[in-house]
Amino acid sequence: MNVQNYVRKRFLPHLWCPGCGHGTVLNALLRSVDELGLSKEDIVMVTGIGCSARMAGYVDFHTMHTLHGRALAFATGIKMSRPELNLIVPMGDGDALAIGGNHFIHASRRNLDITAIIMNNHIYGMTGGQFSPLSGPGTTATTAPRGSIDPAFDAMDLAKAAGATYAARTTTFHVRELQKMLTGAISHKGFSVVEVFSQCPTYYGRKNNTGDAPEMLKAFRDETAKIGSKTLDENPELIPRGVFVDRDAVDYGEAYAELCRNAAKEAPRC
Amino acid sequence: MQIIIKTDWCKSCGICAAFCPTGALSVEPGEKARATDVEACTGCGLCERLCPDLAIEIIKVEVSI
Ligand SMILES: Cc1ncc(C[n+]2csc(CCOP(=O)(O)OP(=O)(O)O)c2C)c(N)n1
Ligand code: SF4
Ligand code: SF4
Ligand code: SF4
Ligand SMILES: [Mg+2]
Repeated sequence: MNVQNYVRKRFLPHLWCPGCGHGTVLNALLRSVDELGLSKEDIVMVTGIGCSARMAGYVDFHTMHTLHGRALAFATGIKMSRPELNLIVPMGDGDALAIGGNHFIHASRRNLDITAIIMNNHIYGMTGGQFSPLSGPGTTATTAPRGSIDPAFDAMDLAKAAGATYAARTTTFHVRELQKMLTGAISHKGFSVVEVFSQCPTYYGRKNNTGDAPEMLKAFRDETAKIGSKTLDENPELIPRGVFVDRDAVDYGEAYAELCRNAAKEAPRC
Repeated sequence: MQIIIKTDWCKSCGICAAFCPTGALSVEPGEKARATDVEACTGCGLCERLCPDLAIEIIKVEVSI
């Protein structure tokens, strides 16, 4: 397939830095949309603010580029008024779980039928390399020159505890797995979260001496392992990848539609 | 196999060449990616998926003799 058919070519090349993983997330997402055979007109991408959020400018779907941390709130409104549309909400780690943390837990709790993608580069890329709630202890950032002392959220634990009905984690090295998870998430009815470790060579990389983008991808390869694999069993210090949650539950839109049907029966003239 | 590189989108990050399992691609410092050994390409598609700039397309060409 040619992913170039799904982008607004006039805005490319995109503005992400050379080697930025956010472009690889976009690449996989376009393949997933193609695999699912979705019509461009039936997709709405809503983003907040951040390097990650710039994705909305490039895809040839309906798009909204909104406020930092608030993409899920806008997406909720769209989904409730036009339930037939597919809502895809890519967010940065700061966007999703710092300023947007409250929207994230409540969208999870309500089980809104929305696909959230956390493009986790473990840093605030757009604003110059501040640490985020996903950076973790020891990460060096402009706001943590001696290394952060903040413990990190585990986005999968958080999504699960808050009620998300699909939650998966992978990286921009594992591109086939990434496409599979995005396809799983978009097909899933209910709130779906895909966390993707995405390299930011410009800030995270430089501050943490990781080497260039290919080196950062090697680290994703070497520091993660599939849930249920022998490698993970034998090396519990590795970061697990895979599908953490996949369960059926009534989604918010269904519950609301039923409420409306019952209300209409009881008060036919309203 | 046909390896199409959209050079005006390529940002020379080196990812495609670093992970191509057959060494079909190369990216010299400061230069755009190039298919230097098309014969070696197996069409695995890894480079086109990894490329953050959507700059590579692999087309499998049927060769009839
Ligand atoms: C209400 C508000 N607060 C703060 C900012 C400044 N700001 C813009 S992007 C950003 C964080 C970006 O980090 P992340 O969400 O991880 O995305 P990335 O750029 O790393 O993809 C911040 C703090 C803003 N635009 N709006
Ligand atoms: S600053 Fe980091 S996250 Fe932003 S475009 Fe550059 S590499 Fe990507
Ligand atoms: S991965 Fe893409 S952007 Fe990077 S060097 Fe290869 S073709 Fe260019
Ligand atoms: S398709 Fe596979 S073998 Fe061919 S150039 Fe790309 S990575 Fe190398
Ligand atoms: Mg970030």
